[in-house]
Amino acid sequence: MSRKITRRKFMATTAAGAAVAAVKFPTPAIAQAAPFKLGLLTVKTGPLAQGGIQMEQGVITYLKEKNYTMAGRKVEFFSADTGGNPAGTKTKVQELVERDKVDTILGPLAAFELLAITDYIAQNKMPLLSLAAAEDMTQRRPNPYFIRASATSAQAMHPMADYAAKELKLKRVICISEDFAFGHEQMGGFQQTFEDNGGKILKKIWPPLVTPDYTPYVAQISDCDGVCQGFAGSNPLRFMKAYDSAGLKFPVVSGETGGDDALLKSFGDEAIGLMSCIPYTLDLETDGNRRFVEGMLKNFNTVPGQYAGLLYVNCQVVEAGLKALNGDSSDKTKLVAAMRAVNLTDTPRGPVKFDHFGNVIGDFYVRKLGKEGAKYGLSLWNKTVKTYHNVGQFWTYDEKKFLAQPVYSRDYPPLKQ
Amino acid sequence: MPAARGVTNERGKPIAMSSWLLLTVNSVTFGGLLFLLSAGFSLIFGLMRIPNLTHGSLFMLGAYIGATFVGGMLGITFDFWLAALFAAILVAAFGAVLERFLLRQLPGQQLAQVLVTLGVSFIAADFCLMVWGGDPINVASPKGLSGFLRAGPLVIPYYRLTIIVIAVIVAIALWLLLDRTRLGAMIRAGVDDPDMARVVGIRVSRLFTIVFALGAGLAAFAGIIGGPMLSAYPGLDQDMLPLALVVVILGGTGSLLGSFVGSIIIGFIYNFGQAMLPELAYFVLFLPMLLVLLLRPQGLFGRHVP
Repeated sequence: MSRKITRRKFMATTAAGAAVAAVKFPTPAIAQAAPFKLGLLTVKTGPLAQGGIQMEQGVITYLKEKNYTMAGRKVEFFSADTGGNPAGTKTKVQELVERDKVDTILGPLAAFELLAITDYIAQNKMPLLSLAAAEDMTQRRPNPYFIRASATSAQAMHPMADYAAKELKLKRVICISEDFAFGHEQMGGFQQTFEDNGGKILKKIWPPLVTPDYTPYVAQISDCDGVCQGFAGSNPLRFMKAYDSAGLKFPVVSGETGGDDALLKSFGDEAIGLMSCIPYTLDLETDGNRRFVEGMLKNFNTVPGQYAGLLYVNCQVVEAGLKALNGDSSDKTKLVAAMRAVNLTDTPRGPVKFDHFGNVIGDFYVRKLGKEGAKYGLSLWNKTVKTYHNVGQFWTYDEKKFLAQPVYSRDYPPLKQ
Repeated sequence: MPAARGVTNERGKPIAMSSWLLLTVNSVTFGGLLFLLSAGFSLIFGLMRIPNLTHGSLFMLGAYIGATFVGGMLGITFDFWLAALFAAILVAAFGAVLERFLLRQLPGQQLAQVLVTLGVSFIAADFCLMVWGGDPINVASPKGLSGFLRAGPLVIPYYRLTIIVIAVIVAIALWLLLDRTRLGAMIRAGVDDPDMARVVGIRVSRLFTIVFALGAGLAAFAGIIGGPMLSAYPGLDQDMLPLALVVVILGGTGSLLGSFVGSIIIGFIYNFGQAMLPELAYFVLFLPMLLVLLLRPQGLFGRHVP
């Protein structure tokens, strides 16, 4: 006969064990002694994984550099894979908040993921630092627990349009971008600033997010001074190929995703000459950025793009906010306020502070893709040609007037006839 | 307004003649690539009666494996064509294993088989992500084919023309195989009536393995041939699978001619549809499929209803 554990015996031993545990390990009374729990919503599977993996690498690079300590508190890191869809994001954010009881969440990556959880975040008073660029999250429908240290969709496009009009002297431009909110908002921002500076947008072309071959769209580009592309993920690569294959030579300008440094190792000569404006550039020669890039090379043997760079910046914001409260994260409303009040001078993207909506005011870099100055074993390089300092989400526009106009969209601003 | 009588886009503005030609050439090129992808898909569908949902993954695997050897990532650099052949053989072997050890375990259970192919496609997608990372990988055009053909205002990359030539060669080779060889006769018999084929002594189950391997190899070959145009990236599988599905439903399952004609038609619809009605790109692409399913469920050249 096998030995049986009776219910009574089981209850007795468990109770005894629990009693011992309670005596031996009293729960710490002071909040500071407990680890600071940092959650990350990212995407590690599916087509969005390229950016998602970089996000996690940026966070880990920061934590390793700081030996998993922030403001004197040990950091426990929880990484969750949302799968890149709103339903998955909803589930994972609940896990992070209710099961893991995290103190702050970084991510998610995409706007549609963010929109799925924004109400939940506000209800649970959970500080959230996301890359997702949806304009209205810090404009017409702000969330008091949201912080964006990266950029709104159009934040990089305003300076890009300024540069295209004033320095490249472009007059007539055709816009092309994916047919979803991020693309619409980018192109809206470009159009507004470009037309305010005397330029004209001839047409806006919207290929679907999934487009294996861009040639049919490229065929619609003719008779212009330049092209503005707003592609994201791996799409810029295929767009530039199709563009080059069709023999087009008009200068191409783009935003934060269209010329991201993470694509440098994939681009070929067809991308030479591509201009892009971006909140994080590999090319920035500061101690903060050098330390970060070296960390990325050491930990992951890869050069960072903006997803890694901006998540590293997010971690700096979290730590600075925590420091201001002497490591006390018990009151989340205070924590968000402290994070929004930070004024960092040496991040990989340069100085960082926030406006009253929690959106970043920082430097934006206009770069030109070429071979000159290539480092870290790359053969292509984005060389900074102009830095726009202290760019906010409203660019040079008056905040009230800007908020009174509709959010940038597929049809706003409308094309001039 | 003489221009208004020409081909116009959605805003009523004329499309330049050179764009028109570019679209035409690209339609044929894209059609050729689709044929390489969907010929195997069609044969598998026709013979085994299941849509092989791993077909997109096989295409992607081919692209990745090819890119690995063309780019010399393992320290070994193959010539483009050698890499293409190698990728095709490797993936064909994988296809054979998949059929022999997974699908064979579920004889006659078509729904279960389809679900297995779907499951394998998810596994393959994450496998690729694990091995090659999320960064898109560029595949260089083969040596000597990287230039352009310039004809007046028209600029056509030589490589795109090469794809057309390859598609035609493969089509002829497949036709000879199916029409002129004993194996081909057996496959045709299996497509037409598997039960009767068994009765006359054809080992249909072995045909399954052969056709599945052949289809897998062709898909992988298409993946690397399409590499310089599409590159290898996560999600490529899901981008290509629906196109193969549309082609085969349009052309009819198990018919080589069907895949060929279907591919060219879809190539044209894809290119011209997106250029002229970009807002309705998907609608235009799937409308012919819908019409065929309603009016002629066996497809244009198919012999039985799937």
